[in-house]
Amino acid sequence: MTAPLLDVSNLTIRFPTGTPVADLGFAVGEGETVAVVGESGSGKSLTALAIMRLLPRTARTTSGGIRFQGRDLLALPEPEMRRVRGRKIAMIFQEPMTSLNPVLTIGKQIAEVLRLHEGLSSEAARKRSIQLLDLVRVADPHLRVDDFPHRLSGGMRQRAMIAMAVACGPKLLIADEPTTALDVTIQAQVLDLLDRLRRELGMALVLITHDLGIVGQWADRVVVMYAGRGAEEADATRLLDDPLHPYTRGLLAASPRLDARLHYTAGPLREIPGSIASALGEPGCPFVPRCPMALPTCRTKPPPLEEIRPGRLIACPPTLALERADAAAVGR
Amino acid sequence: MTTAIEIAPQPEVSGRALRAFLRNPAAMLASGFLVFVTAVAFAAPLIYPEDPLSMVARPFLWPGQNPQFPLGSDSLGRDVAAGLVWGSRISLIIGIAAMALGVSIGVVIGATAGYFGGRIDDGLVRLVEIFQTTPSFLMLIVLVAIAEPRVESITVGIALVTWPTIARLVRAEFRSLREKDFVTAARGLGYGHLRIIFIEILPNALPPIIVTSSVIVASAILMESALSFMGLGDPNRISWGSMIGANRETLRTTWYLTAVPGVAIVLTVLALNMIGDALNDALNPRLSAER
Amino acid sequence: MLEGRRLLRVLRRTVIQAVPTILGIVILNFLLLKLAPGDAADVMAGEFGAATEETMAMLRQRFGLDVPVLQQLLAYLSNLAQFSLGQSPRYGMPVSELIGQRLPSTLMLMGMALAIAFGLGIALGTAMALTAGRWPDRLLSVVSLIFYSVPGFWIGLMLIVLFSVKLGWLPSGGQETIGAGLTGFDYILDRLKHMILPATSLALFYVAIYGRLTRAAVLEVASQDYVRTAAAKGLPPLAITLRHIVRNALLPVTTLAGIHLGGILGGAVVVETVYSWPGLGRLAFESVMRRDFNVLLGVLLLSSFLVIIANTLVDLLHAWLDPRVEVR
Repeated sequence: MTAPLLDVSNLTIRFPTGTPVADLGFAVGEGETVAVVGESGSGKSLTALAIMRLLPRTARTTSGGIRFQGRDLLALPEPEMRRVRGRKIAMIFQEPMTSLNPVLTIGKQIAEVLRLHEGLSSEAARKRSIQLLDLVRVADPHLRVDDFPHRLSGGMRQRAMIAMAVACGPKLLIADEPTTALDVTIQAQVLDLLDRLRRELGMALVLITHDLGIVGQWADRVVVMYAGRGAEEADATRLLDDPLHPYTRGLLAASPRLDARLHYTAGPLREIPGSIASALGEPGCPFVPRCPMALPTCRTKPPPLEEIRPGRLIACPPTLALERADAAAVGR
Repeated sequence: MTTAIEIAPQPEVSGRALRAFLRNPAAMLASGFLVFVTAVAFAAPLIYPEDPLSMVARPFLWPGQNPQFPLGSDSLGRDVAAGLVWGSRISLIIGIAAMALGVSIGVVIGATAGYFGGRIDDGLVRLVEIFQTTPSFLMLIVLVAIAEPRVESITVGIALVTWPTIARLVRAEFRSLREKDFVTAARGLGYGHLRIIFIEILPNALPPIIVTSSVIVASAILMESALSFMGLGDPNRISWGSMIGANRETLRTTWYLTAVPGVAIVLTVLALNMIGDALNDALNPRLSAER
Repeated sequence: MLEGRRLLRVLRRTVIQAVPTILGIVILNFLLLKLAPGDAADVMAGEFGAATEETMAMLRQRFGLDVPVLQQLLAYLSNLAQFSLGQSPRYGMPVSELIGQRLPSTLMLMGMALAIAFGLGIALGTAMALTAGRWPDRLLSVVSLIFYSVPGFWIGLMLIVLFSVKLGWLPSGGQETIGAGLTGFDYILDRLKHMILPATSLALFYVAIYGRLTRAAVLEVASQDYVRTAAAKGLPPLAITLRHIVRNALLPVTTLAGIHLGGILGGAVVVETVYSWPGLGRLAFESVMRRDFNVLLGVLLLSSFLVIIANTLVDLLHAWLDPRVEVR
């Protein structure tokens, strides 16, 4: 197996007030779509910002490395890192309403990144911006290029954000809740667009979402996060067919589906009791306060992600023990 | 903002604000200085029983030259230290009285406009606009010159050019507060307009008014000193501004005569502005978290 | 095209709103001045020694001071409608001519002061915000608070002591070296030298105001999502600050410039006195002392008019800087 495009290992993010991400690890291969799933407060957006090295100044990224194309991003000097941002790794954000500068036209904002990284003249950058708007299926791109963000709908703005992000043909696009702020009808269009661009431009996609419902159709692999730690990692279809971690199961039971696998949620939606805030100060597994199958040993130290089958990892010793017992029984 | 805060805002909020204010070293330093200035102003007749405008020494004594006149004497042989002590009275009296009057006018007009809205609001906003379009210091000079410069006329004049600031502020506060649940509740209970304005809404609009008031005292002191400097002060009272104005002619040689009263003005005004800042930080913790 | 039409709409709205304000100012000021005890005739009579009742009556009649106040007001308004500000009894010339002589020097002084206030204030505020909470911010905050607390006339005098008397670098008053016969570049340099101290004295207070406003605005804008977007594009910090932060932070800062113009005009009265600057503020002060109410009224009107023009320009600037501004 060749080295992955992005390899995050043992990532810990500390603030003066706490440690929202601890010991997180996952990898993204070339051209692959990895969904990072978790409820709000699980640290998934911070993880994205840590990869871009855009965390607030008070944050400390300790231990762990973030290797991209074999280079450790955490060790790059800031000017080097700026050549990575927007050119090798691009990012789009949750709120297209506030993520665009209100006083610059769409065209100028797209052109800015082209002029910076590709050294295009302003005229060439403008032409390219129009092509990019066309690429992301914005109608009348030669008119929209001179529009200010407030004149565009949310979906159009997110398309403009995407055009800006893919302008320099990045190898990796991080999409942080790209559709959360949009109408349901627009969500699928934007996700389809991202998926098409991924294929056409040969980039990998990290799709950060709280919505397991969109994972099946648009992701190859899924990383489930809970309270800043990895809970489960698996192929998207496997995960949905056979969730193992009690949190993933609870999450799945609480998710309506966008895709065709309706039979999983034919029953009523159930919610997971408790909230993610209860994980604060928990010395062991952060999910213990809400977990139906917690054992006394779960409270002693946080469980590591362990592989049960190739490509399938889970951080839950009781489940792991059950699975291994099952496998042994089948083997016998 | 939760309903709990809206219904019973006062004790909890002001307790925390007071503690924040007391913990601010700059605010304590500034308050200490103002207490000192106030004490000096009250004790002026005890410290310097003689008229500060009378000639007591040889003219143009430099500070330290004669221990009896630690800050020296001016061209007419008046004791600079005595002038400083007596001048503090004028600054404080006019600063505080003009603020009180200006804030009262501003609160009444701003509250009326903001609470009733509609035509009353339109008319009052227009009035505020007229006052704010005329350069206020020019207006003040005209007012004081017309009414003959005396402490009373200067105070009223400063109040008349100051109230629009408060009125705008109070109007904005009232416009947002009148939509809140506790006001609707008070209306439902059949309270009169006066009661709703002064007992229900005004206490909730106080924090920004308090902050602005301390800044207004500072700017009133600045305006008074500028008027006195221009020769439009009360001719029978010594003030820091008139000391500067009177000794302007000899600026080239005896510059300390203008420097000393100026330092007194700067320190007093600075102290008031520091208190204004500290009050702002204490009453708006959200903004000060960024500091 | 579209942009131009939007700006025109903003302009029209502002102008329509200004008309009743101007009318209100005329009436208010006129009535205020009529409240004053004594008129130009009294002062002139006082200066020339005792005057008989007949002379006084004659003077009043000549200046139109002998008719009822309302009639005087109507006469003034009808004059105004023909763009005439009346005659000055004291100077014996049309008020507009008198003002016209003084206006350019005051405008220059104010323009320079505003430029200093904006330039220095925005730089100061940005520097404070970018170092928020650390020592440069604390130091500059103290400096700006001191600027905010210093009387303009006093700092003017102190600057004279330092830069004219002690160091001898800059002139202590006037607006040009009289009788030097300078031309071309030397002349401009001479005028500039005369302007530095008065403009600085006038500007310091506003440097502090804009500094504090900019600091708050920059901090506010710096936490916006689009600034994070700009960083995610790989832009260097300077480009982020200038293109994305400061430009947006200027919006709330510029809105106040119109109102401040009135304050600067008021401050000019004092600073012009300190530097014997032959401007409008000086004229206003002299005419107060001489009860030359036609001139005073003219100056008051003109300064209000200047404030309104400034407000209009600010509105247009605002509409230009912020594409979201639309006519409601």
